[in-house]
Amino acid sequence: MKRFSWFNATSLTLGFAFLYLPMVILVIYSFNESKLVTVWAGFSTKWYGELLRNEEFLDAAWVTLKVAVFSSTLATILGTMAASVLVRSGRFMGRTLFSGMIYAPLVMPEVITGLSLLLLFIGIGLDRGVFTIVLAHTTFSMCYVSVVVSSRLTSFDRSLEEAALDLGCSPFEVFRLVTLPIIAPAVISGWLLAFTLSLDDLVIASFTTGPSATTLPIKIFSAVRLGVSPEINALSTIMISIVTVGVITASLITKRAAVAQQRDEQAAARAT
Amino acid sequence: MSQKVFAPWDDPNEKPLIQFKGVTKRFGDFTAIDDLSLDIYAQEFFALLGPSGCGKTTMMRMLAGFENPTSGTILLSGQDIAPVPPNKRAVNMMFQSYALFPHLSVWDNIAFGLRRGNGSKQEISERVEEMLRLTRLEKFAKRKPHQISGGQRQRVALARSLAKAPKLLLLDEPLGALDAKLRQDTQFELMDIQEKTGTTFVIVTHDQEEAMTVASRVAVMDEGRLIQVATPSVIYEAPESVYVADFIGDVNIIEGSASQSGDKVEISWAEGEMPIRGTTAKTFAPGQPCHFAIRPEKVTITTERPDSANVLQGKVIDIAYLGNLSTYHVKLPNGTMMKAQTANTRRLANRGITWEDDVWLSFTDTAGVLLER
Repeated sequence: MKRFSWFNATSLTLGFAFLYLPMVILVIYSFNESKLVTVWAGFSTKWYGELLRNEEFLDAAWVTLKVAVFSSTLATILGTMAASVLVRSGRFMGRTLFSGMIYAPLVMPEVITGLSLLLLFIGIGLDRGVFTIVLAHTTFSMCYVSVVVSSRLTSFDRSLEEAALDLGCSPFEVFRLVTLPIIAPAVISGWLLAFTLSLDDLVIASFTTGPSATTLPIKIFSAVRLGVSPEINALSTIMISIVTVGVITASLITKRAAVAQQRDEQAAARAT
Repeated sequence: MSQKVFAPWDDPNEKPLIQFKGVTKRFGDFTAIDDLSLDIYAQEFFALLGPSGCGKTTMMRMLAGFENPTSGTILLSGQDIAPVPPNKRAVNMMFQSYALFPHLSVWDNIAFGLRRGNGSKQEISERVEEMLRLTRLEKFAKRKPHQISGGQRQRVALARSLAKAPKLLLLDEPLGALDAKLRQDTQFELMDIQEKTGTTFVIVTHDQEEAMTVASRVAVMDEGRLIQVATPSVIYEAPESVYVADFIGDVNIIEGSASQSGDKVEISWAEGEMPIRGTTAKTFAPGQPCHFAIRPEKVTITTERPDSANVLQGKVIDIAYLGNLSTYHVKLPNGTMMKAQTANTRRLANRGITWEDDVWLSFTDTAGVLLER
């Protein structure tokens, strides 16, 4: 056991307070009886009930979900393809430039990405709505997917693919039967990452949306400008819990799989 | 004994299964294979032996189809295989890392190649069962690769590559990951399976003992060239160069100059020492520099002066006790070190030679080999 240290305890407390205090306050006030956000008037869940009756919020939630599912799926497909090309095809003319260009949107200010997409959509005369947000979200989240997938691909044993080829697979079968099942965890976490990014994006969505589509972050942002209502606190609490449950489940699944694999390997080593 | 000796390479009517014809492979500026020609016959167990970087793995990858020669042709049953992609070749490979598919069970790993063909479910399942029996893996069919031991994984990899009954099986350092004891057992198992299936095996290894044990013929390679291709016994007993003699097993090399009369040669090698007497089928010009190579086990060590064609006196510097054998390092008066090996047929206490003893080394005139280079 390490010795207890006041310094460690203090820095830990401060750090966590810094990270989580705002959220804790938000969650607490979502159960506030009073309509005034800053005055505590007793425990109540009535704002959750109000929320479920609010058509506008429900519509926005539905739009957000659609956008997130479609854009993250598209981004996963494109990002995985880009990662395979970058990791696999060895050296070709302009490879460094190409990989740099894939990762550039990671550091590009969102405002610029949003603005340039808006100009593009206007330029080609595309009606702005759910479809354009999906395209925009795909654009910026595919580079995250490609980063996650390519880091898995670089540690991938090439001889597995050669073995599949050797056993009579066509190159496409190699990908479908060997590569994809093995990198599936990375692809799934890439999808989850893209999904979360799309779920909480405000800037790019507000640039590329039209009157027909309002996502939840846009809705919350515009509602807050008229004053923070406890309903929004309730909504945010629900989003926090969904994300928390998701993250914990994902990490539990990966950890269990790792533990099971380690146990099996030890058992196999003892059996010899 | 009327059993026919398996030696298709000596039969001029025999057609080779694989022919390398003037094959060169370059990676950028680096020449991995340098104008190499080689014939390998059906049902051979052929070993490519050499230090790492000698081009042996490149040869194998060219046979599998993962690399194509820069120039020259490779023929499989008389057909140029350069335009045939790896998934269409009647060649299978067992990878050094085994390359088992981690997401598939042992059964599915073995069935993987068969499912790419047009066999029925029934045929595939029968073939997989047969392979499981051959490699004694019946009990592990449902396990995943990470749930079995290294030796079992090695057998799965072998079963998987044999399942499609290839004309040619390539084995890339197949036993590299196994420990010494398991390696020996597996070597015999490999030979057994090769005999049962009648498949032609080409094995790549850097372990000379392994090559000697399993192979019908061994090709010793260095820097992209073949140095010598012969049966293990010829490689060991009649190496053609100092490189081969030195690479395979332990050897004493004595440099000197030759003077020949008929098949008898005298090699003068040091001032004040009797010339070494040997025999050779080659011809050496008078005074031509040469190397005399003799294996330690062919040098006899005694405390009394024996009566032999070659007798040298020296002092024991070191004794390497290996259990079944002992190797004595003996220093000759001019400083040359010679190794002599004896079988320990008696127990330790009964043997008379120890450190600092003056001893006699002797060998017959046919025990060593005379080499030009």
